[in-house]
Amino acid sequence: MDITTIIHSLQAKFPGIVVGASADQLIITKEVVKPVFEFLKNGPAAFTSLHSITAVDRKDTVEVVYHVHSFAHRVMLTVKVILGNDQLEVPSLTLLWGAADWLEREVFDLFGVRFEGHPDLRRILNPDSWTAHPLRKDFQMDGIVPRPVK
Amino acid sequence: MNIPWLALLSLLLKGVAILAFFAVNAMFLIWLERKISAKIQNRLGPMVVGPHGALQLIADTVKLLLKENIVPAEADRLIWWLAPFFVAVPTVAAFLCIPFSQEWIVADLNVGILFICSITSLCVLGVFMAGWGSNNKYSLLGGMRSAAQIVSYEVPLLLSVLVVIMEAGTLSMQGIVHAQELGWFCLKPNVLLAFLIYMISATAEVNRVPFDIPEAESELVSGYHTEYSGMKFSMFFLAEYANLFIISAVAATLFLGGWLGPLRPSVFWFLIKVYGIISFLMWIRWTLPRVRMDQMMSFAWKVLTPLALINVLVTGWLLAGKG
Amino acid sequence: MDFQELTINMGPQHPSTHGVLFLQLKLDGEVIVDCQPHIGYLHRSIEKIAESRSLVQFMPFTDRLDYIASMNNNLGFCLAAEKLLGITASPRAQYLRVIVAELNRVASHLLAIGTFAQDLGAYATPLFYALRDREKIIQIFDKICGQRLTYNYLRIGGVAGDLPAGADQLIKDFMAYQRRILPEYHDLLTGNVIFCARSKNIGVLPKETAINYGVTGPNLRASGVAWDLRKDEPYLVYDKFDFNVVTGANGDSWDRYDVRMREIEESLKIIEQALGGLPEGDPVAKVNKVFRLNGEAYMRTENPRGELGFYIVGDGGPLPYRLKVRSPSFANLSVLSAMIKGMNISDAVCVLGSLDIVMGEIDR
Repeated sequence: MDITTIIHSLQAKFPGIVVGASADQLIITKEVVKPVFEFLKNGPAAFTSLHSITAVDRKDTVEVVYHVHSFAHRVMLTVKVILGNDQLEVPSLTLLWGAADWLEREVFDLFGVRFEGHPDLRRILNPDSWTAHPLRKDFQMDGIVPRPVK
Repeated sequence: MNIPWLALLSLLLKGVAILAFFAVNAMFLIWLERKISAKIQNRLGPMVVGPHGALQLIADTVKLLLKENIVPAEADRLIWWLAPFFVAVPTVAAFLCIPFSQEWIVADLNVGILFICSITSLCVLGVFMAGWGSNNKYSLLGGMRSAAQIVSYEVPLLLSVLVVIMEAGTLSMQGIVHAQELGWFCLKPNVLLAFLIYMISATAEVNRVPFDIPEAESELVSGYHTEYSGMKFSMFFLAEYANLFIISAVAATLFLGGWLGPLRPSVFWFLIKVYGIISFLMWIRWTLPRVRMDQMMSFAWKVLTPLALINVLVTGWLLAGKG
Repeated sequence: MDFQELTINMGPQHPSTHGVLFLQLKLDGEVIVDCQPHIGYLHRSIEKIAESRSLVQFMPFTDRLDYIASMNNNLGFCLAAEKLLGITASPRAQYLRVIVAELNRVASHLLAIGTFAQDLGAYATPLFYALRDREKIIQIFDKICGQRLTYNYLRIGGVAGDLPAGADQLIKDFMAYQRRILPEYHDLLTGNVIFCARSKNIGVLPKETAINYGVTGPNLRASGVAWDLRKDEPYLVYDKFDFNVVTGANGDSWDRYDVRMREIEESLKIIEQALGGLPEGDPVAKVNKVFRLNGEAYMRTENPRGELGFYIVGDGGPLPYRLKVRSPSFANLSVLSAMIKGMNISDAVCVLGSLDIVMGEIDR
């Protein structure tokens, strides 16, 4: 099963899935996040491993980027969910993958994306008392500016 | 009243000699351990202070004496203060009955071996007091482990000592040595087994690898003496090495003929045997990993104790057959 | 009677937490009821720093992720950048990269074995043996690039400089030495009764759990999954070499140790072949120093600790718009609290040691 057949089977099941910039990249809406990943993991493609979750702040939108990997077919798939800045919420994948727990906490910590249904959505790298999300493009250093070079 | 001044003076001198030996021997053993471990690990060990770091021990002692004595804020003061003494004093007292040679023994009690065994088992009190008094969770766990361990290994240890007592027919340390004039006890198979059991149990008694569970650095930071510093820490430290000397001295006396040897002075033979055993224990320490608490306990109760009991039984049977 | 759980704070300063890891343990006696890892003490926000550095400037930062295996980090980042920019390094550079990456893998595994034995209470001796052998690799790297820990040797499109005269002899000497000395580790640890009793059947990580938590590298292979990117998604010139993917049978701590031991031998095989087939040419890159970054690229490589991924997003400018580091230890550590529940402290330390984490790449 190569990447195009996987994508075709996915598109047949979930119309509205767009292929992204490259052939192994999908863009989905957040409504179908759960069923799509459930299909990817438990379906014939067998993407058993959630490799990473990250996000890209595009200023007016935030892309949540998932990398999933299938040991059976030796392919890696990139799945993107584009969120509006006013609605930084996406369903959690913790029920599908144990790895999602910490990865989602990291994205929440650094980008402020809330994962609905995550059992323990706390900051992971930054102190709990923090309020900012450092990897957002609008992150202000709050006076922590690099010293000018003399 | 006729005060025996001479006897008092001689007693005092003997006491000072014991204390001096206690300290110097411990320092020497620390230096030896550092050198042996360095040799095993392809290092040099202490080299800077004195020739081959021989004076390093003096520098270390001065450093330990000058260190600040930190008392944890929530410690149980009295228990915390008393603990190092409970560990160190019985250890010093045990030296009283160690026969260095025919003449060199402070007090040849007729229950010498019993005295040594009973007074050294007081140490467990000090260890547990240190663990409890520090009000530190790691110390507490270390103290609990230590208490369990020492109490468990006391049983096979005493049973193996019992075999020697049966063979020698006396509890006096000098008497046990004299009983071996025809041949060391460890040459008899049943006593050799007792020797083996004794060495394993004694290693556990003094908390050395592979039984260093109370101090398990990678788990409990430093176990019961985590919170101690300065002179209090050095008392634990000195007592640890003095204990090492005592178990080796008892082993040499009980199983290897004590100070018996072909040439005089006999103290030389005694020290050779003792430091030989100590070096062996050090070699083990720097080679083996640590066993787990439950593995160690089940080994004590399920293997060593039954074995030691059977050994006592067999020895009694053999002796009865002879007599 | 009233029973109470004892909460123990293991770390951030503790002899066996391998850096500044903080484990909050709830104990019942000595049995762990609950484990809550807290990370982030070493967080430097390297991903944010990357957004204000050009790719060339960012290279030294990759050294500081997994500081035990800097060469492999350099390599992962170089390959990701080259994938984004469409650059291919010269054959000689590719071979050199394989050699340094595998040497660093050996160094990293040696340290992992040493610290693991240390965690099991083997007082420093195996660790010193490991450090002694690792020192030889460090000296080779010192000769090649002038650094002992943070090498910064690889460049986008090549390497910083060719092998200096005499370096190949050093590597050959090291390989002969290491092959001679490996049995010493086996004598000291592999067959040791206490070592086996402490690590066999302790911390069994089933295949499914390992995959579910994204565990990769030697830890995954110890669980019986024959997955190695060098073999299954070959990058550089790994497909030209003959080596085996070693796997364990049970996925316990001993298997994780054993897989690392055997991987050292496989790495030596690769180095030998790479050194033998080293092509002529100029390994130093002849590419621009400033790039326009367009599009995005995700590249993962087989690090000593697992799959290291770099995700670079460009917006047409010279600086990366976003750079994500997918660190293997992060996933490997996230499985820890699931593994050690119900164990006693001694075994938990053993499991943590066998997972071989580096906090530098977890906290980033």
